[in-house]
Parts: sequence; structure tokens; C-alpha cells
Amino acid sequence: MFALFLRRIVKKGAYLIMSVLVNKDSKIIVQGFTGTEGTFHATQMIEYGTQVVGGVTPNKGGTLHLDRPVFNTVADAVKATGANVSIIFVPPAFAADAIMEATEAGIALVVCITEGIPVQDMVKVKNYLLGKPTRLIGPNCPGVITADEAKVGIMPGFIFKKGRIGIVSKSGTLTYEAADQTVKAGLGISTAIGIGGDPIIGTPTVEAVKLLMEDPETDGIIMIGEIGGSMEADAAYWIKENATKPVVGFIAGQTAPPGRRMGHAGAIIGGADDTAAAKMKIMTECGIHVVASPADIGKTMAEALKK
Amino acid sequence: MNLHEYQAKELLKKYNVPVQEGIAVETVAAAEEAYRQIKTETNNKFAVVKAQIHAGGRGKGKVKETGMNGVKVGKSVEDIASFATGILGGTLVTIQTGEAGKKVNKILVAQDVYYEGPNPTKEFYLSILLDRSKGQNVIMYSTEGGMDIEEVAHHTPEKIFKELVHPGGGLLPFQARKIAFNFGLSGEAFKNCVKFVTNLYNAYVGLDASMIEINPFFKTSDEKMIAVDCKMNLDDNALMRHAEIAQLRDVTEEDPTEVEAGQFNLNFVKLDGNVGCMVNGAGLAMATMDMIKLSGGEPANFLDVGGTANAQTVEAGFRIIMKDPNVKAILINIFGGIVRCDRVAAGVIEAYNKLGNIEIPIIVRLQGTNAPEAKKLIDESGLKVQSAILLSEAADLVRQAVA
Repeated sequence: MFALFLRRIVKKGAYLIMSVLVNKDSKIIVQGFTGTEGTFHATQMIEYGTQVVGGVTPNKGGTLHLDRPVFNTVADAVKATGANVSIIFVPPAFAADAIMEATEAGIALVVCITEGIPVQDMVKVKNYLLGKPTRLIGPNCPGVITADEAKVGIMPGFIFKKGRIGIVSKSGTLTYEAADQTVKAGLGISTAIGIGGDPIIGTPTVEAVKLLMEDPETDGIIMIGEIGGSMEADAAYWIKENATKPVVGFIAGQTAPPGRRMGHAGAIIGGADDTAAAKMKIMTECGIHVVASPADIGKTMAEALKK
Repeated sequence: MNLHEYQAKELLKKYNVPVQEGIAVETVAAAEEAYRQIKTETNNKFAVVKAQIHAGGRGKGKVKETGMNGVKVGKSVEDIASFATGILGGTLVTIQTGEAGKKVNKILVAQDVYYEGPNPTKEFYLSILLDRSKGQNVIMYSTEGGMDIEEVAHHTPEKIFKELVHPGGGLLPFQARKIAFNFGLSGEAFKNCVKFVTNLYNAYVGLDASMIEINPFFKTSDEKMIAVDCKMNLDDNALMRHAEIAQLRDVTEEDPTEVEAGQFNLNFVKLDGNVGCMVNGAGLAMATMDMIKLSGGEPANFLDVGGTANAQTVEAGFRIIMKDPNVKAILINIFGGIVRCDRVAAGVIEAYNKLGNIEIPIIVRLQGTNAPEAKKLIDESGLKVQSAILLSEAADLVRQAVA
């Protein structure tokens, strides 16, 4: 009876009981569980202490994988395990479908790691998510980690020493770099959110920043963006009006030539407004501590906290 | 992936989008033959020769060797032959190609659409692309066709209209009508425009395009609506479901080093600087380029080796970067997460020994899993490789290397 009651709270008020997005009570399922990537990273997540309660691989339902049950559908998995978070390692051609299946099954937080999803698929997904309670992180992202609580992603967990700095980033390895510098500067990480490097993503910079701004366990925010789009500017304008904590910002691609895609599908300069220089100017004007060199992220945060 | 005008037009025709018809050729003789055929079919002695390169501004651009413009109108087989001779094999320089220009391997011999008729002709602008902030496709259009749309946007922004397309419902008939009304069309031209816009949107979605630009979008003197030019860009991520379209890729338009890097699954973009770099992750790769610049160098490339930085990828990366004689130093910046740094270090040493004759300074910065072990491996290898753990240390080494 009590368990049922608890499950209902977890399902209905997922955000209320979580620090930012995930915590040690999050129940996670892995879509694409039995594949190479899914297997490897699920193992790492379990070792970190994350509550992985099962996984989904169509036509493998009823079997066990990594000592956890495999289901044919997300709905089956939710029903049997009470999962409220899903992480997706499904190949690009099928990933959009996987996101929508998780949404339909009532999963509160969907983290999509997959890189290379066609843009028109994401146009559909974005529309599908409208008005639904599900939050999507990614795609093309390293995932979310709340230090010492839960790792729902592919990041190396040991870099994220527990502390009170939140990170929002479009890039994977640059997130690790920022976390490492933060720790070396004598600080630590509360939650790091890899929002993804695609043109269309579920949670834009401003929403991830809001989550960390409202988080009582976070004292400062590192915001890492890159060329392309207007997400950093949107976040900067919000920060200007609402910031209660210092924000350190870095934009990758100051030396990127216009019109060329720099690795990430979304990292392309289309006009004068989405260059690194334009974004850095807006961010500075909005009171963000902008660093030109990626080597200065950690120490700038330490200095900003002293002010 | 970018397409040539002639390729884009072929694809549009499959979606019943009317285009200025033409024949793509590679020789002067074929150009003459194409002209004769078009003349017969259109009963019009005028025809256009258009250089096929992946860049705009061809009409005003000039072929370096002959001084000829990239688009020419002729009215005899002799005209066409002389244009073909002046353009084919030449290097076309336009405002978009840079000084180096682009070699013209193909020309499109196309019908003349400015023929006389009962009504005046009119040029419009029409494009479909993704509105990133809204996560929706948007149709952009203007009555100011045939000119640089960025100029129009800058000087007369009120003349540019936008129509957002709902991802669920698709382009609705009233939206297509609205566009035709805003163009000021009526009668047959109105109907043809509605059909054109509807079919063009279907093509955009069906082909997984990331951008289709029709400029000029043209009303003929007999009220037809046709695409005179077409610039089309396809979503690389979606090519997996368009195998036959993927074959349209013209690698001669791309940097040969970038093509080679692609064969090793390396994400490489050639730049003009003097410090090469090899990094895991696109964001960190861009950040490393920025750091090179702040340290007094100029990045020679963008190179993301991805999640598997091993001896093979590092070796391929070395070979590709060193093809550029301007490179005075190479910075390898790996943040080992799942990838162990000592393995990467072993890969660097193996690749270095295999290549043997590396004359320029190599700076290796390995951080993350097993970083100290990796630094020890590099330092004890006896190679002329400098190692660093912190990003700031790597920046200092770059500063010394380019000083």
C-alpha cells in the first residue's frame, strides 16, 4: 500500500522530489538496453550507483540483461518497474520513435544520447512533446549527472566531485573539462546537464539554467555554448532579469569560419547573430562572467563566487 | 550535403515542381548538341549557359582564365560553343568562392524563360528552411526576387515574409494561398503558385532537405511559375534513408583532405592557420582552436577524433594534418573519459614511431582517466613530444612553439 502510494508520488510529482532532474531515487530504464552502447553505459551507470531498474529492447521482452528485466515496450517497463526516467541508446533512424514511445508511456525525463538524428524527425518530436509533462534532454548529448546521486549519461563519473556548481553545456568533453577545472579550483559539481549539440533539442540552454538557478544545492552556474542558433542569447536575457547566482560563460568556436559545420550538427554560423563574438557580447552585457579561453572556466567561477 | 543546381532541379521535377529545363554537360560538343535540342523543344533560339559549382553569385562572377561570367545568355550554336569553351574547365571566382575560386567541371545549358508573351514577367524569392528557435520549418519569401536576399533583408526587411509550417498539419492550403496573394498574383499564375509552393514543401520534407532556395522564383509571360535557379542543401543525418541521393555527392567540390579524413571517420575541417590540432569531442575541438588563437597561433584545422582515439585514428590524424606545409606545431588534446589516457598515449607513441620523420613540435595534453600514467608514458618515450595535463599548460606550450 505504502509502496503504491510512493510510486504515485514519484510518477506524478517527479520534479518535486528530485534535486535537478535526477537523484538517487530516480528509477531509470535504458532504451536500446541490450545493444553494445546500451550495455556498456548501463553497466557504468549501475557501478556509479544509479538505480537502473530495467530496459527496453523490442522482441527481447521477458529476458534478463545485466540482472535486470528486459521489456518489449516502454509502457510495459513503466508498469512493472515504476520507472520515471529513460535513457536512449537507440540508433539515429529509430531514436525519434523511441523518444515518443517514452513520452507516451508517461516517463517524466527522457535523456537521448543518440547522435545523428535527422532534423525533420526532431521537428516531429518537438511538436509531439508540446503540452506533455515529459522533459527531453538531448539528443546528441552526454546526459545528466547529479554528483554522488545518479548518473544518467555517458560521462566519466569520477570527474564530477560533489559540490555546489551546476553546469549547462552543449558539448560532452567540454563539460568534463569544465567539471575538472571546477574541482581543481577547489569547488565541486551539483548537477551537470548536457543539453546536446543538435539544432533542435528538448531542453534549451535557458530552461536548463532556470533549473539550476532554482536548485537550492547550486551556488554558481557554468554555461557552455557554441556557435550557431540563439539559445545562449535567450538564456543571457533571462539571466539578466532573474539571476540570483553568478554565471560563468564560454562559447566555443570563436575561430570557426562562417558557413562550415564544426562537428556538431548545430554548430554552424548562419549569420552575424550566431557567431561566438556576438553571443559573448550579449552574455557580457547581461552580467555573465564570460571567459575567452576555455582554460579559465574553473578559476573564473572561483573568483565570481568570492564577489 | 550540397547539390548542384542541375541535380536539385532533377529532384524537384520528381515532386512536380516546375523548373527551367536544361541539360548538364561536360564538353563543348555536348553543349552544342544540348542547345540544338533545347532550341527545337522550346522553339526559341535563346538559351542560357550556367556554370555548375557549389557557390552563388555565378552571374556576376568571372572565370579567372578567360574573364567570362559564370552565366551567359546566347542565341546561336556559336554563342553557346564560345561560352562553353570559356567556362568549362576554368576557375570561377564569385563573391562566395573566395579568391581561389572553384573549378567548373559541368555546365547547364538551359532554356530561356524570359520569352515574350501576353503578360509581363516577374521575379520573386522563395525558400524553405528550419527555424531553429521555434523547431519548425519556415517558408521565407519576397517580391524582391533575383537579387541577394541578404541585401533585401538588410535594406527592406518589410519586404520579406515568413510562413511557419506546423509540424503536425504540414503546409495548409490557406498558407499556400496567402503566399500567392502576397506575391500579388491572380488567375492562372495564382493557381500555379499555390501548386508550386505546396509541391516544393513536399519536396523539402520528402528529400530531408535542410534548405531549398528558389531565386529567382519566376512568373513567365504566359503565367507559368517556375524555379529558374535552385540551391539545395540536404541533411547529412538523413542520407541513410536516401541512398540514391547520397550518390549525388560531388567530392570534387570538397577539400580533398576533408574527403580523406572522412574515410577514416574523422571529422575534419581545413583552416588557414599554423597550429594543427587533434581533439576528442566537437565542443572541445572548437575550444582548443580558440585557445590556440589566444596563445598567439592560428588554428590550421578542426579535427574531432571522436570517442575512439586509438593508434589508427591518431596516425591518420597526424598524416592528414601534416599534409599542410603551413603547420608549425600540432596539439593533441584528449579528455579521457571512457577512453583511457594511457591507451591514447600508447597510440600517440605508436603512430609517432611509425611515421618516424615528424619535424615539428608535438604537444600532447591528456587529462581525465589515467592522465598521470599517460604523461609518464609520453615523458619516458624519448620522443620529441611535450606533454601537459592542464589546459593552461598546453596553452603555454603552444605559445612557446609559435613564438
